[in-house]
Amino acid sequence: MQKTLKRYFPIFVLPTLLAFTFAFIVPFIMGVYLSFCNFRTITNAEFRGIGNYVKIFADRDFVNALWFTVKFTVFSILTINICSFALALALTRKIRGTNLFRTVFFMPNLIGGIILGYIWQQMINALLLKYETTLVANATFGFWGLVILMNWQMIGYMMIIYVAGLQNVSSELLEAAQIDGATGWQTLFKVKIPMVMPSITICLFLTLSNSFKLFDQNLALTAGAPSKRTAMLALDIFNTFYGRAGYEGVGQAKAVLFFLIVAVIALGQLVLTRRKEVEV
Amino acid sequence: MKKKLVNGLLCLGLAIALVTGCGRQDDNNGSTGGNTSQGDNVSSGEQSSTGNSAQGSGATGKTGSVYYLSFKPEIDAVWKRLAADYEKETGVPVKVVTAANNTYEQTLMSEIANKEAPTLFQINGPVGYQNWKDYCADLSHTRLYEWLFDKDMAVKGQDGGVYGIPYVVEGYGIIYNDAIMRKYFSLSGAKAASMDEINNFQKLKAVVEDMQSRKDELGIKGVFASTSLNPGDDWRWQTHLANIPISYEYQDKGITDTDKLDFTYGENFKNIFDLYLDNSCTARGLLGSKSTDDSMTEFALGQVAMVQNGNWAWGQIKDVEGNVVAAEDIKFLPIYTGMPGEENQGLCTGTENFFAINSKASPEDQAASIAFVEWLFSSEAGKKAVTEELGFIAPFSTFEENEKPTDPLAKEVLRYMEDDTKKAIPWNFTSFPSEQFKSDFGAALLEYASGSKSWDEVRELVKDRWAAEKNM
Repeated sequence: MQKTLKRYFPIFVLPTLLAFTFAFIVPFIMGVYLSFCNFRTITNAEFRGIGNYVKIFADRDFVNALWFTVKFTVFSILTINICSFALALALTRKIRGTNLFRTVFFMPNLIGGIILGYIWQQMINALLLKYETTLVANATFGFWGLVILMNWQMIGYMMIIYVAGLQNVSSELLEAAQIDGATGWQTLFKVKIPMVMPSITICLFLTLSNSFKLFDQNLALTAGAPSKRTAMLALDIFNTFYGRAGYEGVGQAKAVLFFLIVAVIALGQLVLTRRKEVEV
Repeated sequence: MKKKLVNGLLCLGLAIALVTGCGRQDDNNGSTGGNTSQGDNVSSGEQSSTGNSAQGSGATGKTGSVYYLSFKPEIDAVWKRLAADYEKETGVPVKVVTAANNTYEQTLMSEIANKEAPTLFQINGPVGYQNWKDYCADLSHTRLYEWLFDKDMAVKGQDGGVYGIPYVVEGYGIIYNDAIMRKYFSLSGAKAASMDEINNFQKLKAVVEDMQSRKDELGIKGVFASTSLNPGDDWRWQTHLANIPISYEYQDKGITDTDKLDFTYGENFKNIFDLYLDNSCTARGLLGSKSTDDSMTEFALGQVAMVQNGNWAWGQIKDVEGNVVAAEDIKFLPIYTGMPGEENQGLCTGTENFFAINSKASPEDQAASIAFVEWLFSSEAGKKAVTEELGFIAPFSTFEENEKPTDPLAKEVLRYMEDDTKKAIPWNFTSFPSEQFKSDFGAALLEYASGSKSWDEVRELVKDRWAAEKNM
C-alpha cells in the first residue's frame, strides 16, 4: 500500500498543486515583487526599491490599525474559545435535543461575513437608537460590535471542534478519575483539557488567524468609521491600495508586512500549543 | 495491478478535466469576442465613418466592442437599455457595468487591469486625469470635442491633448418642496411671504428655524432631510457643500487651485451645516447611519421640506414608492452660507463627469467607444434618451433649443443658468486634492455632528489634510 501511494503520489497531488500554484503561489510572488514597485494597475509596474516600505510608517494609519487588530484579536480569541468550550461541555452531556442545539449554534457560521456585518449593523443601530447615537459615532461601539459579531459567527464552528475532541476522551479515563475521587473541576482541568489539547491548538489557530485577517465583517459593520479608528489591518491595506492614487505599492508593501506578521504569530502559536499536546 | 491502473487513469482523467476545464473557459471568452465581430460586419462601414478618430482604426475592417464603466447607480438601468438599443441598431456589442455607490475608483482600478478592460470610463476632472493619465487617449480629433460648446471645460493634458470630455452639465443647491413652503407662507407670523424673499442666509435661517418650531402645524418631521453621514454617503457635504466656501476663497485669490488652503470661509460652511443638522428630521447622533437614499426618500414622502442635492436626484425622488411630491412643486434654492453679496448667488453648476477612452484598449475598441458616445449625443434616438431618460443637460452643439431635459430639476438648473442676475458657482471641487482628503473630511464632519470633535478641530483638519494630500 505504501509503495503504491508513493508511486501515484504525483498524480494525486497534481490537480491541487496546479490549482494552488496558479491561485496562490504565483499571485503571492507577484505581490511580493509589486511591493517594491510603483504602479497604477498591476500591469504597468515599475521597479522602485524599498521606498514603499518606508512610506508605510509615514502616517500612523498602519500602526493604529495594527494596535486595534491586536486588541480585537486578544479579546475575540479569549471570548470565542471560552464560550465555545463551555457550550461544547454542555452539549456533550446527555441532554435532550443535543443535535438540534449543535445545529442551531453552528448555523451563524454559514452566513457570509458581509451579510452578517450589515445585519449586526442594523441590530446594533436599532439598539443605540434609544440613546440617539450610532455604531459609527464612537470607536468603542465599533470595537465591541466587532467582538460580538465575531463571537456570534465563530462560536458554533469552534464548538463543533471541541465537541469532537470531548467525545474522543475515553470513558475509561473519566471513570478512573471518578473512582479516584476527582471533583468535576479536577476532571475538567486534569483530564479533559489535556486530552482535547489538539482541538485547542486547532481552535486557537483558527480564531487567531481569522480574527487577525478579518475583513468583510469590518468593512460591512463600520468601514473603519469614525475616522479610521476601527479599521483593522486588512481594511487599512485595502484602503491604502484602492483609496488613494499613487499608493498602490504602499498598500502592497503593507500586505507583505501583514503576511509576515500573521505567519510569525501563527507559527509561534502552533509550536507553543503543540508542545502541550499529550500522546495517548 | 489492474485496479491500480484504473485508479491511476481516473486520477489522470480528473487532472485533465480540471486543466481543460480552465482552458475551455478561456476559449469561451475568446469566442464571444469572435461572435461580436461577426455580428457587426454589416454596419462596419458606417462604424468606421463615425469613428473617424483615435488611431484611424476603421481601416482594419474589424470593429471592436464597447465596455463602459458607469458612475451613477441611479441611472444604471437606462444605460443598460441604451446599450442594448445601440447593439440592436449597429451590431456593436456594448457592455455597461455600474460601480456601486462611491466605489468608482476602486472598481475602475481592478477592472482596467483585466484583459477585457473598460474601453470607455470617466474621470472626475484634472485630479482624476492625473491618476489615470496613463490610460487616457487623446480625444482632440473626435467630433465629440468639436461639438463641445465651451472647449475650456474639457480636461487637457500638459501636451495640449484633450483627455476628458464633459458630457453633462449639472447643478446642485437646496431642493425644496414648494407645496410645504406655500403652506408655511400662509401661516400667520411667517418669517417670509414668498420664496423670492429668501435670498440670503439670515433670511433662510429665520425661516427654517421658524418652520422647524412649527413642524407639526406643517405636517413635517423636520425642515431638512437627514444629513447623511454614513461613510461613503457623505459626498454631499465633504464635496458639494465644501465647494461653496472654497470657491469663494479661490475667487478672492483669483486662482483655480491651490497647494495651501486657508479655509477662510470655514465659518460659512459651519453656518449652513449647523442649520442642516439642527433643523432636521433626524437627531444629530443618528446621522452616521443615514444614506443619501434615506434623505431623498424622506423628501419624496413629504416628511421634510428641503434637501441639498443636484438635478440628478430627480430620478431618485420620482422612483420612491408612495412619492407625494408633485413634479411642479420641486424647486431649487441656492445654498446661502452668509457670504456678503450672496443675494445674486446662483446654483453650483459644472460637472465632474468627463468621458475618457482607454488608451490601452485595442484601436478597434477605442474607435467603437467613440462611435458609441458620438451616436449617443448626435443621433435622434441617442439624444432623446439623453434628454428624456438620462435627464442630462448636454454641453454639445448637436442639441437643439427644444432638446433639453424636461424634468423639474433640470428645468430649474436651466432657469438659473439663463438668469443673468444670478452668478453660478463653479465646481471647484474637481481640484480637491484626493479622495482621501474628502473621506477624511467626511469622517471629521461625522464626528463633529455626533459631538466628539469641535469645529476648530475640523477646520484645522481640513487645512492640514489639504496641504498634506496636495504635497504628496
